Amino acid sequence: MSKAIQIRGLRYRYPDGTQALNGIDFHLDAGESVALFGANGSGKTTFVMHLNGLLRGEGSIEVCSMPLSDETLEQIRSKVGVVFQDSDEQLFMPTVLEDVAFGPLNLGLSPDDALTRARTVLKRVGMAHALERAPYHLSAGEKKRVAIAGVLAMDPEILVLDEPTTFLDPPTRRDLLTLLRSLPQAKVVVTHDANLARALTTRAVFFDQGRIAGEGDVIELIQRFHWEYS
Amino acid sequence: MHHLVIDRWSRGSSSLHQRDPRAKLAALLVFLIVLSTTRPAAQWAFAAYAIMLIIAVHSARLPILGLAGRAALVLPFSATFALLTWWSGDTLRALALAEKSFLSGMAALLLVATTPLTGWTAALESWRAPRMLILVIQFVYRYLFVIAEQAQRMRWAAVCRGSHKTGGFRLATGLVGVLFARSWQRADGIYHAMLARGFRGRFVPAAPAPFRAADALFFSACLAGCLAVRILL
Ligand SMILES: Nc1ncnc2c1ncn2[C@@H]1O[C@H](COP(=O)(O)OP(=O)(O)O)[C@@H](O)[C@H]1O
Ligand SMILES: [Mg+2]
Repeated sequence: MSKAIQIRGLRYRYPDGTQALNGIDFHLDAGESVALFGANGSGKTTFVMHLNGLLRGEGSIEVCSMPLSDETLEQIRSKVGVVFQDSDEQLFMPTVLEDVAFGPLNLGLSPDDALTRARTVLKRVGMAHALERAPYHLSAGEKKRVAIAGVLAMDPEILVLDEPTTFLDPPTRRDLLTLLRSLPQAKVVVTHDANLARALTTRAVFFDQGRIAGEGDVIELIQRFHWEYS
Repeated sequence: MHHLVIDRWSRGSSSLHQRDPRAKLAALLVFLIVLSTTRPAAQWAFAAYAIMLIIAVHSARLPILGLAGRAALVLPFSATFALLTWWSGDTLRALALAEKSFLSGMAALLLVATTPLTGWTAALESWRAPRMLILVIQFVYRYLFVIAEQAQRMRWAAVCRGSHKTGGFRLATGLVGVLFARSWQRADGIYHAMLARGFRGRFVPAAPAPFRAADALFFSACLAGCLAVRILL
């Protein structure tokens, strides 16, 4: 089976000296979905920032069989859509519609096509009623939907979600889960939410201090690392 | 999240809001040139400029006091120069200096308050303004939001832990460093998000609207008005 992502020996040290990643080997098959578990500070977010080259560590990263380099960076960024943990960072344009059109415009679509595509994905995530609203006035669940729309508008092959349900209440989580399940893309989902992981993925990877401490079936891994609080 | 009032104003729907950003930018330019070349002795002209602005603000359905208050923010800077001029004995010049800076501030603010940021920066770009300049404007504008938001959060956090309005200033001066560190971090996050969605150093405008007859008419009226005041008064 062809690999959507293949990573070998990834290490990363922040400028202040924190060694956040310590030799990560990771792969994602085409169309597959994987959950990333691990304690706060174990390096999950740092890892995710490498998947589209926002951070550049040592080691090799291949996305859709392309090695990540300065030449492939743009192409890889359009293939890997990252939904950040904090929606307020992700939504920076004055209106919802403009925000979602931001990516397609950068891809070189004409304004008309970009706006059409933005409207289509906003409808897809159930936010067609809020086109002209300011993103920072939306509820947390709505912001997350718009952030996802902004990424979907780039038509990515792989969706990366960093703790997508963290700030959401249970009903909103449920709705988001339904939305995410309906999206066909391969997914890398960072989460503490065992329900989300079970519903969305089959395989899981456990991060510990910048390394992968274990990997396998979601339910088995949750039990092995006692990753439920009840 | 905190937001700038001006951003909300800029999304109004008055006839002034609907004018093409290029027409408004050109009108502003004419106004600034005419204003800056008006003789200090022509005090009636300054009154006429002010009236023109008031009419424009009124037709944009914006609060005149709110705008004037914000435009007055430029006064402390020009007041320094005005005072120096006054001390050297030239009262009229000093007065004109203050009037000019206030009216310029007001006019520029009026443009920004009736035109979304993407509109007037696209206008600048279509006039081949240096790309770097436009980027800086756009980033500063966005980071103003970021800083305002962080400041708001820190203020709330302080108020929740018993800080009072009176103690606010002391607190603010002590925490300015933290504010900027946090704003920097947030701004960095936003920049990452922009890169992640294919940002390549240029904001692509979404909807360049056609330049209409009404826009040409608006600009002509502004031009005629400014020149008339400048020459006749
Ligand atoms: N910008 C940064 N500068 C320095 N250290 C950082 C930065 N961001 C994260 N870290 C550190 O890197 C480690 C991994 O953090 P992170 O990837 O955010 O973990 P997680 O997402 O699993 O909670 C932590 O020790 C954290 O303190
Ligand atoms: Mg994290």
